[in-house]
Amino acid sequence: MAAPTTTTTRATIDGNEAAARVAYALSEVAAIYPITPSSPMGELCDAWMAQGRPNLWGAVPDVVEMQSEAGAAGALHGAVQKGALGVSFTASQGLLLKIPNMYKIAGELTPAVIHVAARTVATHALSIFGDHSDVMACRQTGWALLASSSVQEAQDLALITHAATLESRVPFLHFFDGFRTSHEVNTIDLLSDEDIAAIVDDEAVQAHRSRALTPESPVLRGTAQNPDVFFQAREACNPFYEALPGIVGEVMDRFAERTGRRYSLVDYHGAADAERVVVLMGSGVGAAREAVDALNARGEKVGMLTVRLYRPFPAEALVAALPDTVRGVAVLDRTKEPGAPGEPLYLDVVNVLAQRLGPAMPRVIGGRYGLSSKEFTPRMVGGVFAELDADVPRNPFTVGIRDDVSHLSLDRDDTLEQDSVKVRAVFYGLGSDGTVGANKNSVKIVGQGTDLQAQGFFEYDSRKAGAVTVSHLRFDEEPIDSTYLIEEADLVACHQFGFLERTDVLAKAKHGATFLLNSPFGADEVWDHLPEEIQQTIIERELDVHVIDAVAVARAAGMGGRINTVMQPCFFALADLLPVDDAIRRIKDTIEETYGKRGRTVVERNVAAVDAALEALHRVEVPAEISSDHRRLPPVPDHAPDFVQRVLGRIIAGEGDLLPVSALPVDGTFPTGTSKYEKRSLALDLPIWDEELCIDCGKCAIVCPHAAIRMKIFDPAELEGAPPEFKSKDYKARDLRGHKLTIQVAPDDCTGCNICVDVCPAKSKEVSGHKAINMEPAEEHREAERKAFDFFLDIPEIDREQLKLATVKGSQALEPLFEFSSACSGCGETPYLKLLSQLYGDRIVVANATGCSSIYGGNLPVTPWSTNAEGRGPAWSNSLFEDNAEFGFGMRVALDAQADAAKTLLRSLAGELGDDVVDELLEAPQGTDDEISAQRERVAALKGRLADLDDPRADRLATLADDLVEQSVWIIGGDGWAYDIGFGGLDHVLASGRNVNMLVLDTEVYSNTGGQSSKATPLAASAKFATSGKATPKKDMGMIAMAYGHVYVAQVAIGANDMHTVRAFTEAQAWPGPSLIIAYSTCIAHGIDMGTSMTHQKDAVSSGYWPLFRYHPDDDADTTPLRLDSKAPTIPVRDFALSEARFAMLQRTDPETSDRLLAMAQANIDERWRLYEQMAEVKRKMPAELAEELAEDDDAATGQEA
Amino acid sequence: MDLSTRYLGLALRSPVVASCGPLTGRLDTLAELDDAGVGAVVLPSLFEEQLTHEQLEIDAMLSQSAEGFGEAMSFFPDLSDYNTGPDRYLDLVADAKERLSCPVIASLNGTTEGGWVRYAKLLEEAGADAIELNVYLVAADAEATTEEVEARYTDLVAAVRPEIAVPLSVKVGAQFTSIPASMQRIVAAGADGLVLFNRFYQPDIDLETLEVTPNLVLSTSEEMRLPMRWIAILYGRVQASLALTSGVHTSEDLAKALLAGADVAMTTSAVLKHGAAHVGVLLRELEHWMAEEEYESVTQLKGSVSQEATADPAAFERANYIETLSSYTTPFRT
Repeated sequence: MAAPTTTTTRATIDGNEAAARVAYALSEVAAIYPITPSSPMGELCDAWMAQGRPNLWGAVPDVVEMQSEAGAAGALHGAVQKGALGVSFTASQGLLLKIPNMYKIAGELTPAVIHVAARTVATHALSIFGDHSDVMACRQTGWALLASSSVQEAQDLALITHAATLESRVPFLHFFDGFRTSHEVNTIDLLSDEDIAAIVDDEAVQAHRSRALTPESPVLRGTAQNPDVFFQAREACNPFYEALPGIVGEVMDRFAERTGRRYSLVDYHGAADAERVVVLMGSGVGAAREAVDALNARGEKVGMLTVRLYRPFPAEALVAALPDTVRGVAVLDRTKEPGAPGEPLYLDVVNVLAQRLGPAMPRVIGGRYGLSSKEFTPRMVGGVFAELDADVPRNPFTVGIRDDVSHLSLDRDDTLEQDSVKVRAVFYGLGSDGTVGANKNSVKIVGQGTDLQAQGFFEYDSRKAGAVTVSHLRFDEEPIDSTYLIEEADLVACHQFGFLERTDVLAKAKHGATFLLNSPFGADEVWDHLPEEIQQTIIERELDVHVIDAVAVARAAGMGGRINTVMQPCFFALADLLPVDDAIRRIKDTIEETYGKRGRTVVERNVAAVDAALEALHRVEVPAEISSDHRRLPPVPDHAPDFVQRVLGRIIAGEGDLLPVSALPVDGTFPTGTSKYEKRSLALDLPIWDEELCIDCGKCAIVCPHAAIRMKIFDPAELEGAPPEFKSKDYKARDLRGHKLTIQVAPDDCTGCNICVDVCPAKSKEVSGHKAINMEPAEEHREAERKAFDFFLDIPEIDREQLKLATVKGSQALEPLFEFSSACSGCGETPYLKLLSQLYGDRIVVANATGCSSIYGGNLPVTPWSTNAEGRGPAWSNSLFEDNAEFGFGMRVALDAQADAAKTLLRSLAGELGDDVVDELLEAPQGTDDEISAQRERVAALKGRLADLDDPRADRLATLADDLVEQSVWIIGGDGWAYDIGFGGLDHVLASGRNVNMLVLDTEVYSNTGGQSSKATPLAASAKFATSGKATPKKDMGMIAMAYGHVYVAQVAIGANDMHTVRAFTEAQAWPGPSLIIAYSTCIAHGIDMGTSMTHQKDAVSSGYWPLFRYHPDDDADTTPLRLDSKAPTIPVRDFALSEARFAMLQRTDPETSDRLLAMAQANIDERWRLYEQMAEVKRKMPAELAEELAEDDDAATGQEA
Repeated sequence: MDLSTRYLGLALRSPVVASCGPLTGRLDTLAELDDAGVGAVVLPSLFEEQLTHEQLEIDAMLSQSAEGFGEAMSFFPDLSDYNTGPDRYLDLVADAKERLSCPVIASLNGTTEGGWVRYAKLLEEAGADAIELNVYLVAADAEATTEEVEARYTDLVAAVRPEIAVPLSVKVGAQFTSIPASMQRIVAAGADGLVLFNRFYQPDIDLETLEVTPNLVLSTSEEMRLPMRWIAILYGRVQASLALTSGVHTSEDLAKALLAGADVAMTTSAVLKHGAAHVGVLLRELEHWMAEEEYESVTQLKGSVSQEATADPAAFERANYIETLSSYTTPFRT
């Protein structure tokens, strides 16, 4: 092989960046849409475009965000048809949405590339993690599929992909494993622009351009063909696919000549005389390679085939790479195809070997591994090799789990040596404490500043408040391919002392390991504060323990609670990777690099924190005996139900990997009401009620994002047995005279966001700033509040019929059936959901679009959707991101169909049941809580009667009888769903006239994926994919919905006008047709103080940025259906906008653009207000035919709440 | 009529200086002030504390939830620069310097010694003709002695002085036990001029929210009596330029300031109220009055009713409250 002609430059980056660098350099158009874990590729390209970075040909690529991945595929199709070099990035459902266009692009033999961070496709559950179920769904599209197995390959094969598509004319899907490769930070050799230019064939670029659609030499492409020729034409492309493996091989050869890094279509690694071989692709290759080496080292004869080109399947290369000595092959698929005779790679290998080798083919078995990023380790591969030795190996098999149902799983080979990397360190941190960021920097410091190789991988949990992160760092002289989590660490760092009480942070500490602990207790006193289990592990494994009060050091340096730059030098001091002084210098350089553009003070304070760190680091003299007086807390309380104890509790404890198949539901169905069992005690300060000052308004409760501020109105008799810590006051309302009121915090569920205190209007006359609810140190109050909250929970809920529900305090006296979510502290979405659950939770079915609300609403282990004492509560489901309106619509249709069927059966049984009973059941109004209760009693009585009837109709009716009680469908999602990807469906469902309620939690960006611009993003705000400021106004969704004339529409902001919000919810529920509530939802992506986010909403309204209105259709021609509920703007939008970072950042970086866009924003607001004012005067009658239909529905539910 | 004066060693065409305020923060209004004939402009203060606060806020915002969730490594686009440093202010200095015909004085309010020195140098590099240290010090620490508080002024001046070549003035508040002694020390530490007095933003109480809120009230002519007294007393006793600030609204105020011994009179409230062109009105009226009183130049006028020059030196030292209380009856004479 010729010597490499490139000068290598090392970089420590993740797989997404590695691929995106190449993609950007080689593209003119990037059509993008955010989806985890591929979003960073689009984000990077967008940021580079904003910086004016050129591609290889000196032009700045156009990075365009579309409304969905389907839209991105369409735009990609158009771009490549017009002769541009086009690229897209995606994963999972996003890739599935591209499939129709992928067929077209391939059918037209058009070069294009999609880089995929391969991710699980949602089935029984959504998963953001990695496997090949998405890319395997594309193997039939005609696209070439090329797999990378490491960060280095993600870069290198990206280039090979772009070069090969141009030369072959076949579009390429380049994939690497989501998270394991896309988010792993590793040291790689970077490709230079010269390298990239050297590999890409300019003639092929010109040839691509020459095929572009142009009126200068017009052609017709995309015809419709008939049976006479379609088939033949479909076969005409065959030569291109036949040539493709050769072309890819040639590009790989050129690449190897240039860089010295050689790839083949199929790579073999292992013993030349191997008898057993595994075949796989993707990141599992790293673990398999270690297993092969370890097994061969102990005298076995094994090997592995790494498939890189998966489509067209390189049959010849596969057979050629397989040693003749092989007698057993195990093919590992990272996907599952239920009902298939095997997974796809297995079937391909069997097919090829059978065709090519006939009876001489070795035994081939296939198995599944690594679904949803399930760990895949050398010891698991060892288990697979062992199975190949069995007389009758399991086929199919699974590895990595314990399957006690189908008994397919293989045991791992725990005798196998694995992970020989020199230094392995594991860090436990909180999402907000900077642990991951500091660790990424440490990896870069070592990877780029020394001769050592460095790898970082980061585990995140799904909670948004109090998320725990675990960082896995490896360092060695040799390249690190260990593509699995560290199981035995040389150093364990725990950045949060509180974790010791709940997590076994030393589980991964190997014997003699170093334990670095951030502790408020000094070296001489910390021992007594450690739980027994921790003490035991420290003694048994002879750990070297060091403590630092990082919080104190950080605070002294003016860093608040940010401990990352304090812990980082401690790690380097203890890890002995490079001289400490050298490490400190490099940390400071990194600080300059990372924080320099935020300002000198930020840099100086971080540097001060680094300088103070080592002096505060102390070694602990470990006693010989355990002396702790406490054990680690159980993950869930003893009184939790069996399933919660047995399954959810294990997941909470971090032991989900150990659960067997039988522990889990077969269909993804879980109980609700489980969040109350997971007590996280996140708040450092708790809101404490001062009953003397309280004015009973309920505002603190209505804004609480976590349902942690509870309000109950109750009979004084209930106070019997109250603990002294429990507080109450006389309830002042006339209609409930003599009752008591209590506002109670749930002390272990509150996140300490401060919103309740901020909105409290009751102030002390004696002490300035003291209110009826005040933040006070949790340490001082938690125990007392626990006792009070326990008592509070036992007080019976007030009879709903006694309350005025359509009021703030009336609604807040109701039990929330959405509680203790894991949403961000201060979340602006969740108060709306809590309110909904209070008003109608016992009778709603929820269709929830994928996004923040589906994650904090439905991500295991627990759910905030809850039940009341009767066991009723919201029934919740999430289908997809794009189809939520249709999903909820389907529920409505089914509900109506079932109710109709029940009514028909009921009528048919009138003779048996009696006309009176039937008429009452059919005609009773069901608008109010009283009426619903009465109907439930009727249905219960009916069921009793039906049980006594010996009639098949009675049996059928018994299963449908509950549908005789009104249920409502609430379709919930964010603006990404409603404004963009799901808008078509939302529009269709609005048009349908059916009785559904749509609640749009409008944060004005794609919050869940990190703040990308949507069509709800306002003019002049900076967001990802709109880095230079959103230059077009927010879509006026309310106006679009109003155009129909029969849709109830409300635009609300609970922090600006809570009463208005309550009214809108009750009116939407009552409206028998479709309703749409657009709810302003403050979000951390706005860059505001979330503690004052609710009062901040007042400015959004008073500036006209977010006008409040309700549009109530009517069939009276003299009504004016639009009612403006906020006043004309009184403050300039600029005043509101520049108090938010999303606007202010643009003002800082580009004041001219910001000023221009803000001036446009003001003009738009003025004009919109002018339009609304005119609209509010317009008399309008809803379309006649719909009025009739709705009137019929209305008759069926007369007496709906007003 | 010769309206020129010297201030901080700079030759000014007139004795009216636009003090730091909203109108000196924008290039267009700065140009209007220049056109109206101001002797110099003082740009709004560069507040180190504000810069620090902004930097920390941006850092906190960007760090909030960064790298916390698997689906979102951050919530904001990574911008190339957040402009948290003094660049925007330095640009204003440079632009003003290029655009205006009069000298441009940059004002600085620091919180740390390092910050004062660093920003003073940057302001000089940006082209400022002089630097005014806006010492905003509320001595609320009961543990700090008078000497310690005063040493902060002198230490600060001593630290900044050797680092810059342009003239340096110090704007102070009126709360010193012995203003002449304190001012002497500040001058001895290296100040080329004194600006008397800083009108600190005074706190107010919002009766609706019961919260303490800062409240800026525009000055009135009455407020110039205090600085005028001390200018008159200091005139000839300190080797430094004197600027009177606070309450200069009319040409009469202006004349009084100069008579008391000020080299320049600074105005903010009056131009905010009446616009930049008001400077022209002040100067024309001053000229008219000087002509009537047969003064030929501002230099001639300066300090002619200072304590040093006045026939009744004790007049500047009398207890104010006796004077005002008794003025409704008969003049009280000692």
